[in-house]
Amino acid sequence: MSGDIYKKPILFAVVSAVVILIGTIATMFIPMLTPQMHPKLENLKPYTPLQLVGRDVYMSEGCHYCHTQTVRPLKTEVMRYGEYSKAGEFAYDHPFLWGSKRTGPDLARIGGKYPDAWHYGHFEDPQRFFAESNMPKYGWLKGYPVDPVEAEASVKALGLPYTKADIDALKGKNKLDAIVAYMQVLGIAVAKKPAASSAQIMGDKKNPLSGNASAIAAGKKLYDANCAACHGAEGKGGIGPSLVDNVWLYKEGDVSDGFIYTVIAEGTTAGKEIEGRTAKGGMPPYSSMFDQDKIWSMTAYIRSLQNK
Amino acid sequence: MGKDYQYDNQTVNGFIVSSIFWGVVGIVIGLWISIQMWAPSWNIAPYFTFGRLRAVHTNGLAFGLGLGAIFGIFYYIVMRLTKRPLLFPKLARYHLYLFNAAIALAAISLFAGMNQSLEYAELEWPLDLGVVILWVIFAVNIFGTIIKRKEEQMYISLWYIIATVVAVAVLYIVNNLSIPVTLTKSYHLFAGVNSANVQWWYGHNAVGFVFTTPILAMFYYFLPKSTGIPIYSHRLSIISFWSLVFAYLWTGAHHLVYTPLPDWIQTLAIVFTMFLIAPSWGSVVNGYYTVGADWSKMRTNYLTKFFILGITFYGLQTIQGPTQGLRIVSQLIHYTDWVPGHVHMGTMGWVTMTAAASIYYIIPKIYNTQIYSEKIANIHFWFVLVGQLIFSVTMWITGIQQGALWKATNPDGSLAYSFMEGLAKNYPYWQLRTLGGIIFTVGMLFFIYNIYMTIKRGNMASSKA
Repeated sequence: MSGDIYKKPILFAVVSAVVILIGTIATMFIPMLTPQMHPKLENLKPYTPLQLVGRDVYMSEGCHYCHTQTVRPLKTEVMRYGEYSKAGEFAYDHPFLWGSKRTGPDLARIGGKYPDAWHYGHFEDPQRFFAESNMPKYGWLKGYPVDPVEAEASVKALGLPYTKADIDALKGKNKLDAIVAYMQVLGIAVAKKPAASSAQIMGDKKNPLSGNASAIAAGKKLYDANCAACHGAEGKGGIGPSLVDNVWLYKEGDVSDGFIYTVIAEGTTAGKEIEGRTAKGGMPPYSSMFDQDKIWSMTAYIRSLQNK
Repeated sequence: MGKDYQYDNQTVNGFIVSSIFWGVVGIVIGLWISIQMWAPSWNIAPYFTFGRLRAVHTNGLAFGLGLGAIFGIFYYIVMRLTKRPLLFPKLARYHLYLFNAAIALAAISLFAGMNQSLEYAELEWPLDLGVVILWVIFAVNIFGTIIKRKEEQMYISLWYIIATVVAVAVLYIVNNLSIPVTLTKSYHLFAGVNSANVQWWYGHNAVGFVFTTPILAMFYYFLPKSTGIPIYSHRLSIISFWSLVFAYLWTGAHHLVYTPLPDWIQTLAIVFTMFLIAPSWGSVVNGYYTVGADWSKMRTNYLTKFFILGITFYGLQTIQGPTQGLRIVSQLIHYTDWVPGHVHMGTMGWVTMTAAASIYYIIPKIYNTQIYSEKIANIHFWFVLVGQLIFSVTMWITGIQQGALWKATNPDGSLAYSFMEGLAKNYPYWQLRTLGGIIFTVGMLFFIYNIYMTIKRGNMASSKA
């Protein structure tokens, strides 16, 4: 090859541009023109104005630097977070917010996992829920009202459907309300898989660790770290119901150890029937996080709280 | 050489001093956010939370320190390799003022939470327009000066400079296409999976054409200048150049392994990423063989070790990076602290080391003097080397640990560790990382002091360089 190109800067620049554009066209531009890059799940709903404002807050505060929004199709990841992410879940995401680092947990399936009250409490004081958390406090977002004019401009810019009532409803809302609304819509276009049934494990519904002092001590440790933020340090309730008043899923009366085990393991998905009681949602399942011993230990500890 | 013209040293100097200033801002904020990782009370809402400061840190260093140094050093190199002054010296001066105004506005807007939420393309659309204007001004001067050059053959560094100018323009414009809502807010034109593909095509190539090709331009120019030894193989540099700029653009999707992006794009990216080892190591080998003509330069010329350690970290970086792209490795370390460990080996070990050495070469030349103290330069070298190694190694260890804890299961198949248990185990490593950062910062302070004292005793007005 002649060395001429190294004496002709314009030719050199043109050839460089062409070389640079080959990979660009092959991996970025051509795929963009194909439907595989624009999938949309059937039951994916566009963001409401309030949810979109919440998403703007998420972007503005750089939440994506510490939280991902994509569950990889890996066994333990699906166990920890839920169903792996589908391409069609992100059609309204300008831009995508998959992130690149998990200083905090993935949020792709956070929608509906906890009640709103949990999110308000956690944004205000993450350390009350997880003592060792390094998340900053975001209660100050309450002091920033949602601007309905900008919100309307935003949904219009993205061409999302909205009604005047949606915009009117923003009056009096603040940015904390908005980001909680956004949290609750994340990942809900894909149905949650029910937690594995605990029926096999429960046996005769009696706790094998019942009254075992070391199990109760272990259960207390787990309870303090994972349950106390919602149910109170002594089980007297808060975001979640009291565990010492003998009302279980809205009905007074005794339940078996197996009932408590099932609620911890499988959560309280709305409509779920456990021992003749009907759940209305609120508590996530913990079966992928705790083995049987741990759940029985917590059950033993909760029983010990009742007897106090 | 008889001189019938003057090089525009003041603009070069202005960019270098500006870049050092923005470097201090970026590094201090880097230390701050490293502390926030283990002490959340260091978040001061709303302006100084981690989520806002991280963007100021990355933009301040990539664009304030990085681009500032690149602009100044490119002007210096281009004038020497074309044997003429800049075609538009006044325009270059406006470029300098505009650059500083843009970086200042960028920092303010990021503190204020104006963030497009595209990594390394955070700035909102009015600032993007400003950056495009800046780049056009820069390109006009660089191309104009090269076209009107007095030296027929274009040396290797000019190839990398031309590729940088062309590629950054394409990358920056495409990824910043957005739908404006207000002056301070916009949405990415692209959505979902497609948005991810465009962003990481940009994101990875921003690394390629801001942290790789410009630094190679410096390396190929200043290594022979400092050592007095010509580059070992011209042919190797030709092969390395063309294969590097060809392959880089295919690799962005290795940032999206195991995401919903179509598998074929991921796989293609992984394959080209593996291929990239070859051209990267082409430059590494060329650097080693160049100094290989006389290894005593490592002792006798204080700059040689900066360049050789710099290119060594480039070599390690370009082995580690492709390895991370492999699915088997990605599933363990992606999203963990391993990744910041990787990034900082490149930025602290390769980019900063090479740029600092280039500045050590330039400042005494344009001030007609000698470096104030080689001894201080050596202290600087050891501090930044040790600081960077502590940073990277601790992050690699805790990254592997995190990945392993996330995957660990009990005998009954349930997860062995809650997310919080995994997070808490990072704290000692995050604290060590801050220590590494402090050591690195002390090293940079030695560098700044050395440059300051050199400028103080020199005299630019009489420059005939």
